[in-house]
Amino acid sequence: MPANLLFIDALLIAACAWLAVGLAGLLAPRNTRFISKTLFPFGAVVGLAVGVVALCSLGNTPETAVLVIGLPDLPFHLRLDNLTAIFALLLGFVSVGISIYAAGYFRKGEGTAPGLLCLEYHVFLASMLLVLLADDAYAFMVAWESMALSSFLLVTTDHRHAEIRRAGYLYLLIAHIGAIATLLSFGVMTANSGDYTFAGMRAQELSPFWASVAFLLALLGFGAKAGLLPVHVWLPEAHPAAPSPVSAMMSGVMLKTAIYGLLRVSFDLVGTPLWWWGVVVLAIGLATAIFGVLYAAVQSDMKRLLAYSSIENIGLIAVGIGLTLIFHAYRMEALAALAMTAVFYHCLAHSGFKSLLFLCTGSVLHATKERSLGKLGGLIHRMPWVAWLALAGVIASAGLPPLSGFISEWLLLQAFLFSPGLPHPWLNMIVPVAAALVALVAAMAGFAMVKFYGIIFLGQMREENLKDAHDAGVWERVGLVWLGLVTVLLGVLPSMVILRLDTATRQLLGTGLADRLQAQGWWMLAPISPERASYEPMVFLAVIAASVLVGRWLVHRLYHGRTRRSPAWDCGYHFQGPRAQDTAEGFSQPIRRIFEFMFRMDRHFPTARDEKPYYSVKVEDHFWYWLYLPVARLAEAISALIVRLQGGRIAVYLLYSFLTLIVLLVVARP
Amino acid sequence: MNISGLLGQLFAIVLALLLAPLLTGWVNQCRAWLQNRTAPPLLQPYYMLHKLFQKDVVLADGASPLFRFAPFVVFGCMLLACAIIPTLSTDLPFAPAADTIALVGVFGLARIFISLAAMDIGTSFGSLGGRREMLVGFLAEPALLMVIFTTAMISQSTSVATIVETLAHREFIIYPSLAFAGVAFTFVSFAENARVPVDNPATHLELTMIHEAMIIEYSGRHLALIELAASLKLYAYSCLGLALFFPWGIAEGASFVGLLLAIPALVGKLAVGGAFLAGIETINAKMRIFRAPEFLGTAFLLAVLGLLVRLLLETRV
Repeated sequence: MPANLLFIDALLIAACAWLAVGLAGLLAPRNTRFISKTLFPFGAVVGLAVGVVALCSLGNTPETAVLVIGLPDLPFHLRLDNLTAIFALLLGFVSVGISIYAAGYFRKGEGTAPGLLCLEYHVFLASMLLVLLADDAYAFMVAWESMALSSFLLVTTDHRHAEIRRAGYLYLLIAHIGAIATLLSFGVMTANSGDYTFAGMRAQELSPFWASVAFLLALLGFGAKAGLLPVHVWLPEAHPAAPSPVSAMMSGVMLKTAIYGLLRVSFDLVGTPLWWWGVVVLAIGLATAIFGVLYAAVQSDMKRLLAYSSIENIGLIAVGIGLTLIFHAYRMEALAALAMTAVFYHCLAHSGFKSLLFLCTGSVLHATKERSLGKLGGLIHRMPWVAWLALAGVIASAGLPPLSGFISEWLLLQAFLFSPGLPHPWLNMIVPVAAALVALVAAMAGFAMVKFYGIIFLGQMREENLKDAHDAGVWERVGLVWLGLVTVLLGVLPSMVILRLDTATRQLLGTGLADRLQAQGWWMLAPISPERASYEPMVFLAVIAASVLVGRWLVHRLYHGRTRRSPAWDCGYHFQGPRAQDTAEGFSQPIRRIFEFMFRMDRHFPTARDEKPYYSVKVEDHFWYWLYLPVARLAEAISALIVRLQGGRIAVYLLYSFLTLIVLLVVARP
Repeated sequence: MNISGLLGQLFAIVLALLLAPLLTGWVNQCRAWLQNRTAPPLLQPYYMLHKLFQKDVVLADGASPLFRFAPFVVFGCMLLACAIIPTLSTDLPFAPAADTIALVGVFGLARIFISLAAMDIGTSFGSLGGRREMLVGFLAEPALLMVIFTTAMISQSTSVATIVETLAHREFIIYPSLAFAGVAFTFVSFAENARVPVDNPATHLELTMIHEAMIIEYSGRHLALIELAASLKLYAYSCLGLALFFPWGIAEGASFVGLLLAIPALVGKLAVGGAFLAGIETINAKMRIFRAPEFLGTAFLLAVLGLLVRLLLETRV
């Protein structure tokens, strides 16, 4: 019945196709060629289909479907609305780039068999799609847990290394703490009605207390998946441990499913939000963003740096959500729509540029076998494709015009700026201070990104063997170019994108930016009115490009274009070896010094008397020592108490039963 | 958009290209007078640019294409900045392309490129300069944004043209918040333009340089473009400061008389501003690099204070 084929059916077919591709990998688990050159590209095609279907479904009335699988009384309910479509679109389009890249990335003889990897990867994709489509708590939790498990298996691909197993364990642990919180949140929202569908939850009228409980549990649950403070510790461990396409997928897409969950609960399921929820999310988001960017700036491992940068970006997204909640609670829907558009835009932009950057580190890793920034350098000469595409990612990640990261930051700052008139006087005061901190985070992201790019790709090569580094292969290049295009297009065509996003904003808040945007041309982004604020990325780009070209032409025409090469000058210093450059630690020394209180540092300085002088610095997370180790110790102490009860002698156990019986007889007398 | 607007826009750009080196020359001249030195001629920056453009580019062996590309990008960014800041008239066809937030973004983009170019050769001074520049940048940028937010709150707009129109052409009100913002902006512009309390444009003493350390490997036309871009940046910051805090004299429409009157007003204001800058540079000593966070932190706090004053004290009036 192709005539009746709904968009949701198409998405379900796509999910099945992903599962089929994954299972096909088991047919020949060791045949790397078949798996990488046939199955992964096929997965990319399915991803493209998901993206296109989701794009077409935007603006349609929600579609529902019921699958017969599931518990006897509780089949899977699925629903495709605009919010789902936005995130499905993100999943589809970003996975295209990553899958194509993965086709060229996975090689023979590295950890898990490629067939198994292919299965895990495609189960991961399909379960993320199901998370987005789920319309009851049961289906959601099943998909959510499959997503967590498949990604855990992907993280531990290289399970021969102890630290990777440890990272995977930490990830699984925190994922489950989050899952429990999510489950409890759903439990509160059903309010003893026994109806686990989302429609049932929407119908419930929760008292403010229980609504807040549900919201805070959801915040903990989804925050643990997204990497919000203080449940972020798994992220900088798991991302570097995973193979690069998996890191890209986790950072680019999986973190966004958590954002989706938070949006779904707070704007759709739980009912009218209270204003202080927004303040809580805003505060946590700001703390996360500042923490993330500071730690990103001091990392010496390129993938850890990007992982911390993901924490920062998730923090910024949370700031947007908090602001939306505040505005929504006070019925200032126009501003709420502006902030929510910023949230959606940042989700899309971050997916694009962070996947791109993670994939770039994958190519660097393949070419050099090195993750430590201190042993890289000068790769722009050997890997021009990767280097120039990474530059696009770096500029977007630093939140600079004219690429994608700037648009969302611009929208967010606009939302902050036009927020006077909140009924709470001290809220009015907090909002601009929060804007100041967002500005600080954006500026510091630039520092971290210059460090990332400058130390990997520029300068002299810090090790001899980097001379043999090779550029990315054809598949890898295509994947990178795809994500680079996403980053550029999101940057220069903001109005067209926001007009699409608007359907979801309208669904959740009842109003959007579309009317005002349509009044202007497609090239202009003016969410309120052109007199108040406007940005035209195309003109922006055109003026800079024209100045570059005209300037170059004029200089060559009026003067000359002569160039000759010679050794670097460097103020006449003789020693110019690669050791004279900044190391990764050296570059971030100002940050460590200015924000010393934020880091737990273990430093060793050389003295004049040292036989073998060396300098080392190790930066650790305060949270690990303040929060996690005490909790771990507490858990161990309680376990030790319980162990005492287990003497292993049957007589003791009989005594326990006897005592219990006596107590029950005493207590439960009729 | 109309023809006269477009012509006015082109005229503003050409004027920026002409006046920017002159402003640098004027500041240098004032500084020399204040320091009891014989002053270089006012046109010295032009002679320098001409000389540099004529010279061959001597490229370091390890330079990548990014190194050669960066001066043009930096120059383009600064030209865009000059194009959207109202100098003579607020009727600028390019102004909607970038509001004040995007303007801060333009400066950020130029900074990223120049810092990356500094790290490209892989010498000790280059990466040192790049690191310091990013340090100063990330401290200065939020302060600048806060200053802009204060003015944007007053005019309910982030468009530079609308801000200037509001501040210049409505009834005259003294805003205490603008005093805080003005001081903060002055601090930031010293830091961003590599001026004395934070950096020294005249130094080649290795431990103290920031901007000069970054461009140390540049020569010939590349260096000329960077010097021109630095002049344009100083000009852009001066014009932004004048437009935000002393907007009188900027014409509202694109009338010929208005433009004619605006030129002497602009030149006069720039001359006073340049002399003020030279004075500050003379009576101050350069700080250690780790005093810069305190300096810029003060600017940031002042700017936030300005914003709070605006929100708490002025909105009820």
